[in-house]
Amino acid sequence: MNAITVSSPGFLTTIQDLGRFGHAHLGVSQAGAADTIALRMGNLLLGNPENTPALEMTLVGGAFTFSSDCPIAITGANFSPIIDGHSVPLWTTVEIKAGQTVAFGAAKAGVRAYLCIRGELNVPRHLGSASTHVLSGIGGLSGRALQKGDELSYAPLDPIPYHLYRVVSASVLRELGPRTNLRVTPASEWESFTDEALGLFYSSSYEISEESNRVGLRLRGPTLKRTVQTDILTEGVSTGTIQVPPNGQPIILSIEHPTTGGYPRIASVISADLSSIGQLRPRDEITFELVDLTAAQDARRAQEALIGHRSLIAL
Amino acid sequence: MHRPDYPQLLIASDHSLLVRFGTEIDLSLHQSVRRLTHSLLSEKPRWFTNIHPAYASVLVTFDPRITELPEIRRRISRHLEQLHSVELPQPRCVEVPVVYGGEFGPDLRDVASHCRLSVEEVIQMHVSDHYLVYFLGFSPGFAYMGGLSPLLATPRLAAPRTRVPAGSVAIGGKQTGIYPVVSPGGWRIIGRTPLGLFDPKRDPPTHLQIGDEVMFRQISEEEFRSFFSSPDRSDRSELT
Repeated sequence: MNAITVSSPGFLTTIQDLGRFGHAHLGVSQAGAADTIALRMGNLLLGNPENTPALEMTLVGGAFTFSSDCPIAITGANFSPIIDGHSVPLWTTVEIKAGQTVAFGAAKAGVRAYLCIRGELNVPRHLGSASTHVLSGIGGLSGRALQKGDELSYAPLDPIPYHLYRVVSASVLRELGPRTNLRVTPASEWESFTDEALGLFYSSSYEISEESNRVGLRLRGPTLKRTVQTDILTEGVSTGTIQVPPNGQPIILSIEHPTTGGYPRIASVISADLSSIGQLRPRDEITFELVDLTAAQDARRAQEALIGHRSLIAL
Repeated sequence: MHRPDYPQLLIASDHSLLVRFGTEIDLSLHQSVRRLTHSLLSEKPRWFTNIHPAYASVLVTFDPRITELPEIRRRISRHLEQLHSVELPQPRCVEVPVVYGGEFGPDLRDVASHCRLSVEEVIQMHVSDHYLVYFLGFSPGFAYMGGLSPLLATPRLAAPRTRVPAGSVAIGGKQTGIYPVVSPGGWRIIGRTPLGLFDPKRDPPTHLQIGDEVMFRQISEEEFRSFFSSPDRSDRSELT
């Protein structure tokens, strides 16, 4: 049997693909990889479909022992992974041998790393996705984070010939790297904020607070006031929505956000910057830049053009 | 003051569009929400990633790699033009058994004292009304229900609980609802149902659906416990 044994799970390691879609009307959040660019690039390096599930690690990684030879790719934040005492490069195809363990340390910058394997983890699809949503106990391995001793079996694909091993080009990595200047477009309640609040919003820096996770990032910074204090009727929200609760401190919704919310929405992070949200850690300083929809579309197209085989170079 | 014309199509982000029918909780707005949701969900193949119905609005999210805003706007407008001809399924009446008070409803006494009623009166009022599921949101299978007697309205807890057990029946302000999965929550818990309200392996995965009429029925602790030993505990208690 081909299996990965979890020798140590790390702080929070879950199985994630690109998310669970089409069930928000039942209250089911999308979940999925918090940094989709990292997951897609990892799968691309391995010749997997881009939606193939991988292990998402958070802040402190784990150790995983492979029962058979398997091409892997590690992407996202650098957790200083090692195999048999040798450090493993990120953003490239690597072969792990039967009996070897890949062990991760702590992230020096960023929050999440992805351990992608060539082939497919044998985990059930719930509502069309393998993504773990811990709060509701859906997906992944029994709807929970990985624990010490867990065994993940997988269906291997043919090995990749060494001459097809690839690495993501350094210039592409620089362009795709997480941003701390998030580009936003105005959201539904933008006009209900005072001119002073709007000015503060895109001229100040905000700090990511410790109470941040896959549900959302709570920010600390200048208080944002509205011209009226009327309650908002609960409405649908999506990943990247920036809500401002009565205390005036913004919250950026991440991939496990509730499907509806009742706080005023000041702005929305553009699609091209959603992966960056997944790499922001407590005490990081961020700023917001207001852009129009054309700029948002251009940024997304430019980014998409970089996520493909053309960005991979032979080793 | 100029009243904006509804429905409004608002750009919520570069990957979502909000259709707003109004800004209040109202039965006719709910009908429009339900029609649009039903109409959009019947689209095949789907050109959107998610539909988020709420009291008086529907948020449509899409993958900007596949479709872009102007196209989404055109498609939604087409659905709105034909909204009146959408045939909705007959509303279902769903009975939800609840054991009230004790360890299952730790806030029942507080609700009673806030409302200046006896515990028995609170239970009698809660089971005698019919409730409408306006939409499912927040967490998987969580039903936002209207129809709570104004006499039972009780403010939310000052500090939300970090862990509300699955099946908890609660009152939050003028609303009543059931927590389908373990989650944090600030509503006052008055009882618990043994029904499984969310199971991703079932089709549909939620016990309650948008537009359902809900009635609560008081059960004893013994009935609650025996529910879990019966052969089919996912048995639906539909009346119609």
